[in-house]
Amino acid sequence: MKIAILALQGAFAEHEQMFRQLGTETTLIRNLDDFYSTFQKPPSRPLSISPEGESFSRQEASPRGGLEGVERAGLAIPGGESTAMMRIMKDEGLFEPLRQAILDGLPVLGTCAGLIMLDRNHLGVMDITARRNAYGRQLGSFNTEENFRGIGKFPMTFIRAPYIEEAGPDVEILATVEGKAVAARQGNMLVTAFHPELTDDTRIHELFLKMVGHLHVERSNR
Amino acid sequence: MNCSKVEDRQTLNRQLAQMLKGGVIMDVTTPEQARIAEAAGACAVMALERIPADIRAAGGVSRMSDPKMIRGIQEAVTIPVMAKCRIGHFAEAQILEAIEIDYIDESEVLSPADDVYHIDKRKFRVPFVCGAKDLGEALRRINEGATMIRTKGEPGTGDIIQAVRHMRLMQSEIRRLVSLSDDELYEAAKQLRVPFDLVRYVHDYHKLPVVNFAAGGVATPADAALMMQLGAEGVFVGSGIFKSGNPEKRAQAIVKAVTNYDNPAILAQLSEDLGEAMVGINESEIQLLMAERGK
Repeated sequence: MKIAILALQGAFAEHEQMFRQLGTETTLIRNLDDFYSTFQKPPSRPLSISPEGESFSRQEASPRGGLEGVERAGLAIPGGESTAMMRIMKDEGLFEPLRQAILDGLPVLGTCAGLIMLDRNHLGVMDITARRNAYGRQLGSFNTEENFRGIGKFPMTFIRAPYIEEAGPDVEILATVEGKAVAARQGNMLVTAFHPELTDDTRIHELFLKMVGHLHVERSNR
Repeated sequence: MNCSKVEDRQTLNRQLAQMLKGGVIMDVTTPEQARIAEAAGACAVMALERIPADIRAAGGVSRMSDPKMIRGIQEAVTIPVMAKCRIGHFAEAQILEAIEIDYIDESEVLSPADDVYHIDKRKFRVPFVCGAKDLGEALRRINEGATMIRTKGEPGTGDIIQAVRHMRLMQSEIRRLVSLSDDELYEAAKQLRVPFDLVRYVHDYHKLPVVNFAAGGVATPADAALMMQLGAEGVFVGSGIFKSGNPEKRAQAIVKAVTNYDNPAILAQLSEDLGEAMVGINESEIQLLMAERGK
C-alpha cells in the first residue's frame, strides 16, 4: 500500500509521519511529474473524459501505469491554506488530473484545507459545501473531544477551521461539534475539519488505510 | 468553545504555524496588495504601514501600524493576517490581540521599545513569531512563549547574506546539540542561557520545537529555494515583492519556488522574465543593522 500526500503547501510532513508510523509507504506530490510518476504515465493522447464518467485510468492506461498499477494507492490532502494550494494546483496543471483521479475512485483523505478543496466550490468532487474560517480567526481555534462514528471519542484540533455547511444525500456525516458537521465520508472520500495528523491518535488514518484496502478490492472485483 | 480540557493556546498557536509551512508570508501595506498576495498563493500576509525598505529609508522611530489599516487588510483577505509590534512593547501587542490578529511579529524591524526585556508572550492568547540569529536566541524567544521563529535577516535590503548566516548558524548549532551526550546537555543549556527542557527537545528531535521560517532579504525565487534548502520551513518576503517591477508575477514565482525548492528545472522556469528585482543595498553599505536589535 502506498499513500501519496499532496505537498504543495501546509502540514504534509505530519501526515507523512502518521502514515509511516503505521508502516505505510508514502510519497510526496509537489508537481505534475510527481503525480504521473505515482499514479500513471503521461497519457499519449489528451485525457478524455467521456460523459459516462469512464476514466482514462481504467480504459487507457497500461496495467502498470494507471491507478490499478499502483498497489492500493491513496491520496491525502493536508491542512494549510486552501487558497495557496488551489493556486499552485491550477498553475501546475494538477487540478484536472487530480479531480479526474478522485472521480475515478482514488481514495482520498482531506483534513481542514483538504476538506475545503474537495467541496463543490473547489475540486467539485464531493457533494458538500464547506464554510471557510467558520470559527473565526486564530483566537477561535480550539481543541475538543467528540464522537467519531465507528471510532468513538476522538481528540479534535480545530485551527482556523471550516465546517460542513451543507451535504448531499450520499454523504455520511461521521462527527459533529455543537451541531455542525466536522467529518464525513462519501464513497472514496473521507474528510475532517479538524487535524487528526496533529494528535497522537492514529485511528482516523487507520480507518482511511482500511478504506483504501476495501476500495481496491471492490475495484479489482468489478 | 466548551472544552473539557484547559485551553492550551501554546499548542494551538504552534499548530497554526505548522499550517503555514511550505508557504510564503508577504508584507503588504494596502488591502489591494493583500488581495494580490492572496491570489498569488501567499499562505499569510503581514500588514504594515511601510515595508522595511521604506522604514529603512525614512529613518526615525518606527511603530505598530494603525489598527484601522490592519482591519482593512483583515477584511480584504481570508488567509491569516499578521502584524508587527515593537520588541518589548506589550501594550502594542495587547492592541493587536484586541483586533484579533492571527499572529504578532515582535519585530526588530520596528524601533525597540525595551532594550532589556522582550514581551512575556505566554500571557497572550494570540500567537507570536520572533526573529533569531542563532539557536540560543531562538530558544530564549520560545521560552518566552514565541510559537514560531524566523531568521532576522536584514530587512529591507534585498540582500540574503544575513538570513543565510543566521539559518546556517542555527542549523549547525542544532547539529552540535544533537551530537552531545546526555550529560553534556546541562552545560549546553547554561551556555545557551535557556532551560534544559528546550535543549533536551532539540537534542532528541533534531529541530526546534516550533516552526522555523526564513526572513530578511528574500528577493528572488532562487533566494527562497536557497533558504528552504538550508532548512527553512517557509519564507517571509518583505520588500522583495512590492518593491519589484512586477509584484504579481514575482509573488507567484516565489510561492512556487518554495513548493519546488529542490527542483532546479522548475526553478529555472520560475525565474524567467520576472522584470526588475528590488534594487537592494549590500550588507556592507548599510548603517543600521536591525538584526542586532533584541538578543
